[in-house]
Amino acid sequence: MTTAAAFEKARAEGRAALVGYLPAGYPSVDGAIDAFKAMIDSGVDIVEVGLPYSDPLMDGPVIQTAVEAALRNGANTGDVLRTVEAVAAATDAPTLVMSYWNPIDRYGVDRFARDLAAAGGAGVITPDLIPDEAGDWLPAARRDDLDTVFLVAPSSTDERIALTTEACRGFVYAASTMGVTGTRDQVGGAAAELVARTRKTTGLPVAVGLGVSDAAQAAEVAGFADGVIVGSAFVRCLLEADDAAAGARTAAALAGELARGVRHRP
Amino acid sequence: MATTVVSVSETPNATTQSETPGRFGPYGGRYVPEALVAALDELDREYQAAVADPAFGAELGGLLKSYTGRPTPITEAGRFGAEAASGARILLKREDLNHTGSHKINNVLGQALLTKRIGKKRVIAETGAGQHGVATATAAALMGLECVIYMGEEDTRRQALNVARMELLGATVVPVSTGSRTLKDAINEALRDWVTNVDTTNYVFGTVAGPHPFPTLVRDLQRIIGVEARQQVLELTGKLPDAVAACVGGGSNAIGIFHAFIDDAEVALYGYEAGGDGIDTGRHASTISAGSPGVLHGARSYLLQDEYGQTIESHSISAGLDYPGVGPEHSWLSDSGRAAYESVTDADAMEAFRLLCRTEGIIPAIESSHALAGARRLGAKLGPGAVILVNLSGRGDKDVDTAARWFGLLDEQNQPSSVTEEK
Repeated sequence: MTTAAAFEKARAEGRAALVGYLPAGYPSVDGAIDAFKAMIDSGVDIVEVGLPYSDPLMDGPVIQTAVEAALRNGANTGDVLRTVEAVAAATDAPTLVMSYWNPIDRYGVDRFARDLAAAGGAGVITPDLIPDEAGDWLPAARRDDLDTVFLVAPSSTDERIALTTEACRGFVYAASTMGVTGTRDQVGGAAAELVARTRKTTGLPVAVGLGVSDAAQAAEVAGFADGVIVGSAFVRCLLEADDAAAGARTAAALAGELARGVRHRP
Repeated sequence: MATTVVSVSETPNATTQSETPGRFGPYGGRYVPEALVAALDELDREYQAAVADPAFGAELGGLLKSYTGRPTPITEAGRFGAEAASGARILLKREDLNHTGSHKINNVLGQALLTKRIGKKRVIAETGAGQHGVATATAAALMGLECVIYMGEEDTRRQALNVARMELLGATVVPVSTGSRTLKDAINEALRDWVTNVDTTNYVFGTVAGPHPFPTLVRDLQRIIGVEARQQVLELTGKLPDAVAACVGGGSNAIGIFHAFIDDAEVALYGYEAGGDGIDTGRHASTISAGSPGVLHGARSYLLQDEYGQTIESHSISAGLDYPGVGPEHSWLSDSGRAAYESVTDADAMEAFRLLCRTEGIIPAIESSHALAGARRLGAKLGPGAVILVNLSGRGDKDVDTAARWFGLLDEQNQPSSVTEEK
């Protein structure tokens, strides 16, 4: 299924789509693949496979801990592509890579687009690549029919939101708060306003990330956005589990809870 | 020399000016979360306005003169030249004589004034050796700004005295325990803070790296080193130097002294990177000499990275040079051939450190000792009488512990080793 089709399906069901993130390679490459499958079985519609990176400047301590462990275990770009291939082959969920720019730049922009498409990947989310610097990436992604997901932030001007959504394909990632990844008590009032401002510039789905960790928050965000993105809360399930199987079970349970959340708008 | 109006408004040299703002050839740019773009735009806008405002230049110039002690002198290191640099004339640009002990204060006073102009009340900064942290804490105290300094845990240990100094000045020092626990990780943590608190906070970046406008902004604020030095060398020798030598971590002191000479084709420019145990050992911080182009901390430039684009941890005896990236303008100066970048090992730097202490009565920063080691090499290459301008970017007070251990003068308990032997 394409990313657009996944959002369309959720919309037709009168709900928001649930997007789940884990880094590849934690607790192991296969452990992450199993966790992704379990999350999708329990209601996650779209997955983000994080490419572990040494300098993740938008990530908070939870994701950073898992990513550092993945890197210590030797996780590399090839493992990320293998994860995408396994998840895409076993499920119907669009599988995107979330990556800081340098690992893709180093791998080779055209080569990465080609290999990701061949692995069945749906696209790439780029937290530190703004459209202004995406001159190499956009044509490569378009050529291989990959989604290009850029972020908008509460501090973005209307002009920048328009510039960013113009470069997006698949969906627009709205960062709910100014800050890094991590669960928060409140999602932040800026998110609804940001989604409304973003919708004025594009017909693409707008998904909200940063800070969502439970069903109530998912329901709240589902009230104003097309998608709810959850990362740190899933990663925490794996970090706190005794073993990989237990981690996948906890992540699946959280996915089920969040899936109910996105179906119950306040 | 007139210093009341600072030269930040002078036209950048044609050699490195790029048609796209913030680009130096293929290097530079802005690889940052969208959340930071508004703040970077604001900083750039306010900086342009400040440059066009004579009052800003006058205020900064006044501070540089009355608070920092500019212009810094040129000292001819006659004994060092004769005994350690093959008879070359070694001219030291004495940035070590600045208030707070290094060139860092030039940049920080400008950025702190900009922070006030923007109306923000809090500044954050990263620091490696502590020089930039101390300078930022100093400017924040002077201007009544809240100040938080991020410093790698490893560096807080290496530079404990500078941590105390920052705290005495009223700053909060946050030890960073992620990654390599050095300067690279302090920058990551400061950027995370900035993404979160950008409404109230300005990031006083310490070097000519990072996203646009920092490489340009910091360069312009450090240009005064070269502008002064060029005139001083002309007055002293009647001609331009044959070569200019500076150490390069991120590269702010080097770009500061290089920039005034870029259009002087007859002046050779040499940047000396930290070679640690030697490039071939893999334990070094020689980014241009042994790295490759990529993106780190918001800019495209040379960096130390593996085949997957993961940053490789750097190593140097000098915390201030222990950084796997470098400013984008240096990458372009290297590619274009205008400046040469070479590696200096810990051992060579420490030998130059020792020689300057003994021949001139000046204890240099270990960072600057890399440039002094480079000057010794240049002396051998250029021959007796060659005029070599060296940027003595900082003084070595902060490095006395490290140096004393290196030379076996202190034991692990910080006791004089000679006393230990007598026990």
